[in-house]
Amino acid sequence: MNSAEKKLGSVANYVDERTGAAKWLKKNLTKVFPDHWSFMLGEIALYSFIILLLTGVFLTFWFDPSQREVFYHGNYAPLSEIKMSAAYASTLNISFDIRGGLLMRQIHHWAALLFMAAIVVHLMRVFFTGAFRKPREFNWIIGVGLLTLGIVEGFLGYSLPDDLLSGTGIRIAEAIIQAMPIVGSYLAFFAFGGPFPGEVFIPRIFTVHVLLLPGIFLALITAHLMLVWYQKHTQYPGPGRTEKNVVGYPFMPVYMAKAGGFFFIVFGITAFISAVASINPIWLYGPYTPGQISAGSQPDWYMGWLDGLVRMSPNWESHLFGHTISWNILIPGLIIPGILFTSMALYPFIESWVTGDKREHHLLDRPRNAPNRTALGVTALTFTIVTLLNGGNDLIATHFSLSINQITWMTRIGVLVLPPLAFIITKRLCLSLQRADRELVLHGKETGRLLLLPHGEFVEVHQPLTDAEAFALTQHEQLQPLELEKVDSHGVRRPGGIANKLRARISRATTEQITRPSPEDIKEIEHH
Amino acid sequence: MIGTTFSVAHASTQRATNSLDRTTAIDEGRQLFLRGCSSCHGLNAEGTSVATSLIGVGAASMDFQVATGRMPMADMSTQATRKKPAYTPEEVAALVAYVSSLSPGPAIPDQQVMFYERDGNTAQGGELFRNNCAMCHNFAGQGGALTQGKFAPTLMASTPVEIYEAMITGPQSMPVFGDKIVTPEEKLSIIKWIKAAQNEPSLGGASLGRVGPVTEGLLIWTLGLGLLIGLAVWLATKAR
Amino acid sequence: MSDQIERLQDPGLPEHVHRKADTDPAAADKAERQIAILFGLSALGTILFIYAYIKVPGDAFVFIPALGTTNTQQLLLGIGLTVSTLFIGLGAVHWAKTLMPDNEVIQDRHEFRSEDADRADFVKTVKEQAAAANLGRRSMIKRSLGLSLGLLGLVPLVALRDLGPLPKKSLEETSWMKGTRLVTDPGDRPIRPSDLEVGAVAQVLPALLPGEERTLSNIAKDAVLLIRVRPEEFQLSPERLSWTYQGIIAFSKICTHMGCAVALYEQQTKHLLCPCHQSTFDVPRAAKVIFGPAARPLPQLAITVDAEGYLVAQKPFTEAVGPSFWERSS
Repeated sequence: MNSAEKKLGSVANYVDERTGAAKWLKKNLTKVFPDHWSFMLGEIALYSFIILLLTGVFLTFWFDPSQREVFYHGNYAPLSEIKMSAAYASTLNISFDIRGGLLMRQIHHWAALLFMAAIVVHLMRVFFTGAFRKPREFNWIIGVGLLTLGIVEGFLGYSLPDDLLSGTGIRIAEAIIQAMPIVGSYLAFFAFGGPFPGEVFIPRIFTVHVLLLPGIFLALITAHLMLVWYQKHTQYPGPGRTEKNVVGYPFMPVYMAKAGGFFFIVFGITAFISAVASINPIWLYGPYTPGQISAGSQPDWYMGWLDGLVRMSPNWESHLFGHTISWNILIPGLIIPGILFTSMALYPFIESWVTGDKREHHLLDRPRNAPNRTALGVTALTFTIVTLLNGGNDLIATHFSLSINQITWMTRIGVLVLPPLAFIITKRLCLSLQRADRELVLHGKETGRLLLLPHGEFVEVHQPLTDAEAFALTQHEQLQPLELEKVDSHGVRRPGGIANKLRARISRATTEQITRPSPEDIKEIEHH
Repeated sequence: MIGTTFSVAHASTQRATNSLDRTTAIDEGRQLFLRGCSSCHGLNAEGTSVATSLIGVGAASMDFQVATGRMPMADMSTQATRKKPAYTPEEVAALVAYVSSLSPGPAIPDQQVMFYERDGNTAQGGELFRNNCAMCHNFAGQGGALTQGKFAPTLMASTPVEIYEAMITGPQSMPVFGDKIVTPEEKLSIIKWIKAAQNEPSLGGASLGRVGPVTEGLLIWTLGLGLLIGLAVWLATKAR
Repeated sequence: MSDQIERLQDPGLPEHVHRKADTDPAAADKAERQIAILFGLSALGTILFIYAYIKVPGDAFVFIPALGTTNTQQLLLGIGLTVSTLFIGLGAVHWAKTLMPDNEVIQDRHEFRSEDADRADFVKTVKEQAAAANLGRRSMIKRSLGLSLGLLGLVPLVALRDLGPLPKKSLEETSWMKGTRLVTDPGDRPIRPSDLEVGAVAQVLPALLPGEERTLSNIAKDAVLLIRVRPEEFQLSPERLSWTYQGIIAFSKICTHMGCAVALYEQQTKHLLCPCHQSTFDVPRAAKVIFGPAARPLPQLAITVDAEGYLVAQKPFTEAVGPSFWERSS
């Protein structure tokens, strides 16, 4: 043993005598992780979160979360002597007078946008491959929770500088709170310490943004990662891969190096974007006052769909017995998002109810092999994209010389018509791809070489698939429609009549598929 | 229909020209008007069904519309937009002289606009801009959408004289900002601020259009995720 | 529920293909050099960061194509940080890809479900210990514990009561009273009718009484738009017409939808546009909503002139300004 090994040995001994760490470290250092680029999307989110924590702490050393009025005397001349809140002034200070301050602000904000984007692509990967199925339902719910809290955290974060754009966003949030029946005006006055905007909102959301929500994030992310660690990661189907194993590389050294390296890559790319692209230039927006507004006011991208929903809403409001219910705010602002996120969270249970599938799944689905689920996902994406587009309708109008009124009408109709259309098209596409897979297995790959047969017929030469390729294309399971007998062997009727009929119907639709080829089918074709 | 503005109490200096020059200019202007404007605005600038009367619009309005190339208006579908002027500065002056000879109106701001650097306050101009202008022209003067396809244009190419003229004449959808509501000193401050905005450096990197979070979101989804997913694919690919 | 189709045989993991660095020592040395260069570049990045922080002045600007005129120190700090972090990552990943073992390893998954015996033990333990705690038998303990914990849950709700005052009539009140002068925002100058041309719009606030301060919370309810049109263009009821003055009409600037400032006035169409969600209001018809999600017209402020000829409010707003709320009756 050389001296370095001796030193490490004594350190390890010290720790092990107090914690018994050697046993579980040995087990975990050799844990196997499958290696696929699509499994790194969640990592982008995780590393963005760490970057947010680091840069966020930096910012708190200079940010003053107070709405008290000050007159600006800093380095940015176009705001000289202007009355503003201390929060806004301290953000100007960070941007203009603290070295590296603007860089840290930009990294923090770009990382926040990246955090949300990564969560969304990670969610799409998990959804389309069916990774949320048993035993990973809890992790899916935690994930939806992280998505929801991320939206809130981001909104509160960019509202802290108290600039004209984000202050407008707070005004809109206050209107949503105020619109709630019975309790709305009370909740709004409690949140803002009185009428809008008051003087306590920024300091309060500072606490939520810096302490409360990060604490909850840390707990949820830890639980999320522990579950992945303990349950082991899922893997794509392929030769050598089964429901009962994991094929990949051990944590030490490969995964440590790749995952650790990827953290630095994410940091580096975020820093690069922050060096070359300006974000949230609050000195151009000006300080918030309720009497001012800018053309083209939007929230950050992850709330754009909410803005789009609100913009396209019909102006419905009811007046009953001296009270007002603002459907034009409640429906797009609370009810639809509530339904969307609740359905998202409950989806694993909805799917397992429909399919009757209560088994564990560790092999992922190729999206084409779960046509209904894939079509449903594309439907949701279509809805999100249409609403997101309407959130930017005034910018689209000026950029493409269109009319905001026309865009609003197109998205009003589009949001109802396009998602079902997307469902139908996607499902048909998936079934076509299944058919293509079946053809590939049975007949092999087209080589483009033509053969002239003795009797004059031209045929294209097909190259049969390798065993590995054929196996990968036929490894998936194909669920059959649920058979729910109305009456069991003792003559007892099955309870829950309508729900069961519905379930059977949906199950039949869900299991529409192209039968995968069996070895016999292949042998038959080979005889041709 | 009377033109877009009618300011009674405006007291600006007229451009100093001797009376002979002025008469020649008016004649020349009348010829130019008959050739290039009368088909829409009427033989005596009285207006027709397709264009407003120009009686009393004033020199400022004429100068603004013609010098920025908005008039003559080619495409009548939405609104007059800035384009390459159809007339030389001398021809513009002639047209202005002719139309203002028909009836008085707001004059071209001359001397005072030259002194926006001395008499304007950039920071105050910013406050005034955000109160009166940003809701149409955006916080950085990049322009914005109005209803039914109309829009408030970008101010990044506007000269001080054009800005002043636009404020006092209220072209097309833009309202009028009279001198009692926005004083001449305040107008100079606004001009000074707009000038500063035109020369505002891109402090933190590429400005992405100065239209807010929409372009920022686009960048993260294209460049940000694009680079990172590309690097992830590289990471998971077997080395040779 | 699953299909009964026979499966193809699993051909097992593919043959391991060696990388160049696995067999050729020169290739392995080359990979090591590449990794070292990447890590070395990272070190240079850190040096650039430190140099930019200490030596580059904060007010220097440089023109970069595609970026525009940007702040030199910010750019160099950013590039320095990029290189210092990115290249550690690239080096580590390159190391893993070229030199670390890339043999695929198979590990078995373990059953999650506990053994039946363990489950039975668990249930037995819980039952026994719960009985030992007298949880089942002694109902008074259960009930009183439920009472104390339930009441304790009320404490945080009660303790947060002072977060804010009760709204009472606050949402229905603004600073506008009978005789309040309309003043320019900014500037606080009183306004005469002759100050406004036809086609003009003015941003207006209520005049401050001596000694009064104006807060943002005041502005959020008091902000008003003053617009002048030709009197014959109005299409108002006689009562609303009496709230105007010689073609001048005043509306609350706070959007009745969600509270943004409805400040966009289209002079030719006489429409007010709210840029937040595109609610459009028609001025000659008392700010009637003609497009967009707003459900109510902008409240109109009744105006007239005082003895000195300045525009003043006739009376307070006759309805609450701004977004709707439950207690709003109209």
